[in-house]
Amino acid sequence: MTRATRPLRFLHRGQTVEIDRFQPMTTLLDWLRIEKRLTGTKEGCGEGDCGACTVALGRIKAGRLVYEPVNACILLLGQVDGCEVVTVEDLAEGSALHPVQDAMVRHHGSQCGFCTPGFVMSLFTLYQDGGAVTGGREAVLTRIAGNLCRCTGYRPIVDAALEACAAPAGDVFHAREAATAQALSALADDRDVLVGDEASFFAAPRSLDGLCALMTRHPDAVLVGGATDVGLWITKQLKTLPRLVHTGRVAELRQVVDAAEGLTIGAAVTYAEAEQALAAFDPDVAVWANRLGSVQVRATGTIGGNIANGSPIGDSPPLLIALGATLHLRRGAAERSLPLEDFFLAYGRQDRAADEIVTHVVVPRPGPDDHLRAFKIAKRNDQDISSVMGALKLSLDGRRIRAVRVAFGGLAGVPKRAATVEAALTGLDIDDRAACDAAISRLADDFQPMDDHRASARYRSLVAVNLLRKALAEIVSGRRDETRISHLRDAGHAA
Amino acid sequence: MPPEPAPGNVEKRQTAERHVHQAVQHDAAERHVQGSAPYIDDVREPEGTLHVAPGGSPAACGRIRRLELADVATAPGVVAVLTARDIPNVNDVSPVAGDDPLFAVDRVEFQGQVIFAVVAETRDAARRAVARAIIEIDEEVSLVSVDDALAANADIMADYAFRRGDAEAVLAAAAQRIDGRLRIGGQEHFYLEGQAALAVPEEGGCYTVHSSTQHPSEVQHVVARVLGIADAAVAVEVRRMGGGFGGKESQASGWAAMAALAARLTGRPCKVRLDRDDDFIMTGKRHDFIAGYRCAHDLDGRVTAVAVDFASRCGYSHDLSSSINDRTMFHADNAYYYPDVAIHSRRMKTNTVSNTAFRGFGGPQGMLFAERLMDRIAWALDLDPLDVRYRNLYGTGDRNITPYGMTVEDNIAAEVMRELETTADYRARRAGIAAFNADNTVLKKGLALTPVKFGISFTTTFLNQAGALVHVYQDGSVHLNHGGTEMGQGLFIKVAQVVAEEFGIALDRVKITATHTGKVPNTSPTAASSGTDMNGMAAKNAAAEIKARLAEFIARDWQVPVSTILFGDDQVRSGDQVLSFGEVVKKAYLARTHLSAAGFYATPKITWDRPKATGRPFFYFAYGAACAEVTVDSWTGEFTLDRVDILHDVGKSLNPAIDIGQIEGGFVQGMGWLTMEELVYDAKGRLRTHAPSTYKIPTARDVPADFRVAFFDHANREATIYRSKAVGEPPLMLANAVFSAIGDAIHALNPAHAVDLDAPATPEAILFACEAQRAARGG
Repeated sequence: MTRATRPLRFLHRGQTVEIDRFQPMTTLLDWLRIEKRLTGTKEGCGEGDCGACTVALGRIKAGRLVYEPVNACILLLGQVDGCEVVTVEDLAEGSALHPVQDAMVRHHGSQCGFCTPGFVMSLFTLYQDGGAVTGGREAVLTRIAGNLCRCTGYRPIVDAALEACAAPAGDVFHAREAATAQALSALADDRDVLVGDEASFFAAPRSLDGLCALMTRHPDAVLVGGATDVGLWITKQLKTLPRLVHTGRVAELRQVVDAAEGLTIGAAVTYAEAEQALAAFDPDVAVWANRLGSVQVRATGTIGGNIANGSPIGDSPPLLIALGATLHLRRGAAERSLPLEDFFLAYGRQDRAADEIVTHVVVPRPGPDDHLRAFKIAKRNDQDISSVMGALKLSLDGRRIRAVRVAFGGLAGVPKRAATVEAALTGLDIDDRAACDAAISRLADDFQPMDDHRASARYRSLVAVNLLRKALAEIVSGRRDETRISHLRDAGHAA
Repeated sequence: MPPEPAPGNVEKRQTAERHVHQAVQHDAAERHVQGSAPYIDDVREPEGTLHVAPGGSPAACGRIRRLELADVATAPGVVAVLTARDIPNVNDVSPVAGDDPLFAVDRVEFQGQVIFAVVAETRDAARRAVARAIIEIDEEVSLVSVDDALAANADIMADYAFRRGDAEAVLAAAAQRIDGRLRIGGQEHFYLEGQAALAVPEEGGCYTVHSSTQHPSEVQHVVARVLGIADAAVAVEVRRMGGGFGGKESQASGWAAMAALAARLTGRPCKVRLDRDDDFIMTGKRHDFIAGYRCAHDLDGRVTAVAVDFASRCGYSHDLSSSINDRTMFHADNAYYYPDVAIHSRRMKTNTVSNTAFRGFGGPQGMLFAERLMDRIAWALDLDPLDVRYRNLYGTGDRNITPYGMTVEDNIAAEVMRELETTADYRARRAGIAAFNADNTVLKKGLALTPVKFGISFTTTFLNQAGALVHVYQDGSVHLNHGGTEMGQGLFIKVAQVVAEEFGIALDRVKITATHTGKVPNTSPTAASSGTDMNGMAAKNAAAEIKARLAEFIARDWQVPVSTILFGDDQVRSGDQVLSFGEVVKKAYLARTHLSAAGFYATPKITWDRPKATGRPFFYFAYGAACAEVTVDSWTGEFTLDRVDILHDVGKSLNPAIDIGQIEGGFVQGMGWLTMEELVYDAKGRLRTHAPSTYKIPTARDVPADFRVAFFDHANREATIYRSKAVGEPPLMLANAVFSAIGDAIHALNPAHAVDLDAPATPEAILFACEAQRAARGG
């Protein structure tokens, strides 16, 4: 690395922690529990699905100090560079419980207590950002969707959250906000983070040029966006990843450009950062955004990562493909772009060289004659992986279907367009139900899905056809309330 | 939105008692919310602690052809590798039958069965070393499902039956007959704290074992058995579990034994904490069942005869399957009277992990069958299922003998249901739902109100005993210990309330201490919902004994009759003589009074003659009812739970806050079991849903905003601890209302056709059932 580099730096308990040696694969949870002996934060699953390990990361975003919940079990220690790390041990002031803790106690929100620190930390972030002030119960449900409790049935936790967070009076974190912001600003700089040596390192370059140069020199290094997937390679697959390159500090990859013609979303933009702009496209996108992982996952996981790892069941590709997104990549100094659907070659294989970097995706904004629908089918509403994820953009010319883009995840080894159905629907009168049904039934020509633990092939085929029927019926009727169970109609006022 | 105040905001009640019947917070609540309540893995490790990770079989069934561990032993950080050869005594960690090896030898019988374990300096090193093993299995055809086992006639133990009258004859002659089959899925416990144990070698060949277990005495026995040492050389301590739900009743022992074996071989403290995937794969679950049934009924919907054949997946070994399947039979009636009846149970051997206790202990599966039966009868006769349920309830003077010969003496099912029918506004909502369904093609609503009647006591009669140890110190503070374990259910605070009440002292004068086999020996598992009933009584007996000695002493001192001595408000008084409790204790001590007592309790009245299938296995029954309303999307199979009303019988609640928590939590756990939690094994017997990424338990959004929970507030007719009732398991079965409501919604697609829906009612199961309704209608 040619530029000046520095070790890892973050804020913890009011002190700047500087670490110049650590094993690159170290998770934040292991650092807390094993290194610091702070055992309040629990490991429930080691894969970011139960939330027992939730801690809060404080960061300056758009000039404000923001606390977001993250799953410490799959977050790499190196990712907390420049953040304040807040754990459950940090909330009470002496014997005075934090308002969130106090409400949890008074509402009998804990039974076995093992999940409780994670809930407390998720609610701590809700307390800080005031999401429940306007969002109420919906905001609470969304905030704790990534926290599993097996004892209480959640009702007392929700009650405690509403009491503590719907009208937060302010706590010491609010009181020292300016000081914290100042301390965090002092940590911000344009140097690259590098800990380790050529054989084994954690790197977080600051510029795209620096990132590209690093990947050219170490094409075998693993690119890490939010680590919501790579974290599991470490904790579950027990892979050895000696060279890790984190994209989260690369300024060029962190941008969302919201223009009239569409959105440009940098590869290191988190789901949470992208969803606000995307959700304005349609209520279905807001619901989609709310059901993608959990708040913890959305605070760290990136759109670029979700695309680049090529999962057939990732939630963003089908929607982005239906919207007509273009993917942009860079290798060394060479840039190129392609329609997103062309990026996915076959199961586990993408059109990307080892040292090539997904830089951004450009998403056209739907026009006034475009109708968008997005559907996610899973066993559980929140924080589940799709068995089928379908999205459709239908452009009407009067009542005639001028153009239509249909994309599905979960039906093939890659996220894929339904080319036959698209062709069959194009030109039809949308009110001609028989003709539309016949066109939709051609889905069997586009997909031959598989059986697995999420769903059978038969179910996938049947539900995919029904989702298209539903989309068309809704576009014709102009309403969704007759065809949707309540929580799939809109995302409420959830933060 | 619910008009009533949230049920958890239980106001302090105006009662004669100061502590019992009060909504006291969980004793560890303030530590829970600060992360300062330690679980096994949080306890500061003794210097030199090693970490143990298990290595499991890659195949479900076959001979171990090759086990190559050289690379494992030389991996970084590895201190030792354990196999069956390292066991000094018996290679068995089973609770009853002697058929659960700690390490498989020669053969494996399920995927994930432990073959070896690695002891290393760090947990990460141990886990990474495990992956270096070379294991080759000569795979044989494995029996994975209940169907596989039935086809192979692979019963793991003898079948069993309850019979009364001649069901076959009645069925053969019946004009109205219903035949059917219901498949009921299993369930993973998903306690948030996985299995964990820390074994510390002590002097003289003794061991202290910290275990996350519901059954410390069994852990003690199993560790002693494996190591070949006396029970008295093993001390097991349990401060708390991060959830148990039955999964740590018999199946915590193996991990504790593994840690103890490692400690013995290395001479160092050793800890096992399972990775979540290993926990899913290597530990047992709720049994899945097939219930094949035939039923005759009259035109009013009254059952005249039932014949049901249960078959369950027990897995590769016995574990607790005998008692669990018995309880399915005990509850195949739920709250209903079956005149002529034949309940038959087969327990199938499969090449899957040995299934085990799970909240309800087989009862839920029997009761779900009973509710399906009621729905089927209602659909056949075009009656409201609630009316069919009423008509089949046990009577109070007649029609009150169960298929196992016990008279139901405390039947309040009808009262509970009638009250809930009114408060939930069942009839008006039924009409509203019919109107909604007439107007909607894609969305269909469903409603159901189902009862719960659950037998309280271990059906293994000898387990119905408990002990407690109470010390009073010279300052008047009290050390409380008993054989029950705390897994979040609030047992510790309830027993502390009882002891504080008995002494008439402030609750914070009673110090709750960890369960320890050295303080109270020969304990029964904290299971069968019996924890408070039994340990509360044992502790009360211990406190009463000390109190009697104190009363006798102070009466002598004051020269008044013992009968005039009163304890209360932190004082002891007789007439106008008053001393603080602490002062009396101090005086008593100086006068050489014994201030410690071991209390004991054995549940009265119960008998059970299993060979004759008759007796009174239960001290009493706990009742409840739930009313659930759902909306089903008949095009996708998704559903939403719109509203739930619950009325539940906890007798006279010992702690309303804790009891509400058990009711709501149990209901939600049951709802998960019946709607989204799906255990999927592939054809080779590998569990495909082995982590929360693939196995989904309910989240907060799955619980309806409109969730109305109330107590059916009447004293237990039996003399239980302060007339309360057990509450751990019964509420789980309230969720049967959700399953029936989903069936009701699907039924609306074609009222002429009985719904064929199995559990869990996943979107897939619901959509296929909807398709079947539409197909039967002809499109």
